[in-house]
Amino acid sequence: MPRIVVDVMLKPEILDPQGKAIAGALPRLGFTSFEAVRQGKRFELFVDGEVTDEILAQAREAAETLLSNPVIEDVVNVEVVAD
Amino acid sequence: MSTELPLIGDYSTPTTQLSGARIGVVTFPGTLDDRDAARAVRAAGAEAVSLWHADTDLQDVDAVVIPGGFSYGDYLRAGAISRFAPMMDKIVDAANSEAKLPVLGICNGFQILTESHLLPGSMIKNDHLKFLCRDQLLRVENNQTAWTNGYEAGQEITIVLKNQDGQYVADEKTLDMLEAENRVAFSYVGWNPNGSRRSIAGITNEAGNVVGLMPHPEHAIEAGFGPDHRGTDGLTFFTSVLTHLVGGKK
Repeated sequence: MPRIVVDVMLKPEILDPQGKAIAGALPRLGFTSFEAVRQGKRFELFVDGEVTDEILAQAREAAETLLSNPVIEDVVNVEVVAD
Repeated sequence: MSTELPLIGDYSTPTTQLSGARIGVVTFPGTLDDRDAARAVRAAGAEAVSLWHADTDLQDVDAVVIPGGFSYGDYLRAGAISRFAPMMDKIVDAANSEAKLPVLGICNGFQILTESHLLPGSMIKNDHLKFLCRDQLLRVENNQTAWTNGYEAGQEITIVLKNQDGQYVADEKTLDMLEAENRVAFSYVGWNPNGSRRSIAGITNEAGNVVGLMPHPEHAIEAGFGPDHRGTDGLTFFTSVLTHLVGGKK
């Protein structure tokens, strides 16, 4: 079943407390090469059948209205993944 | 310590018939504090009306409280799914209408109001990432709103703060606008408990009928049960709106 993947990230200027906590934990496991971490969200919208332009447009609209809050988040990626 | 209801002065004089005031309290799946909010409404001398998120009838209420909790488990973002409830559409329309329905959002209710765009900005996780529950000192920055007119400007009050996603954020332009237009309703005094921008605890819309804040006034309405086991600092929210409804602006 084809999926539409939507990736949402906090805007760069918004502090990401969870990302900071993860960044603090990485060196404790020996991962010392990473300066910072930012955590985002990945949504997978499953489509029964072909992903038409109309369905993709709906996904983009859903991404901007429900899946993200434009005050604090950016939709950074919307793409179709065929299995 | 015994307490009789209502806790405040007698509002039943001929000029201030308040027994008829009806204040709605909305319940979503996962709301926790609707019963406390309804109790606060009654303590102030009004009738509490339960509103169900999936209904579309505002039942002619004179004001609405959107209480705290974890509606929809805070899934997606706190308040994000509740914002699209049929009852919220009605509340948003009524708040923006000429009648300017007074709306108070507490904690998760505040998050629902920002997701609904009735109030600017948003809440993200506390900067220290922990759930925090404490008696919180606040300063009343704006006592001209429907929900704060009973306070003195600059008055310091103590009510309960309890949340995990309490860090108020907005872009610098919005923060400047809120301060310039006196729309910061409450500030945290002393330690900033969650990293909120400019120590903002609560804000109001331009008209002053919509107020949202993270701390919980409904948990500080009865002597013997509030902060320090004596605080009734929160009751003034609920008496203020009654004053507002009878046209008794300060």
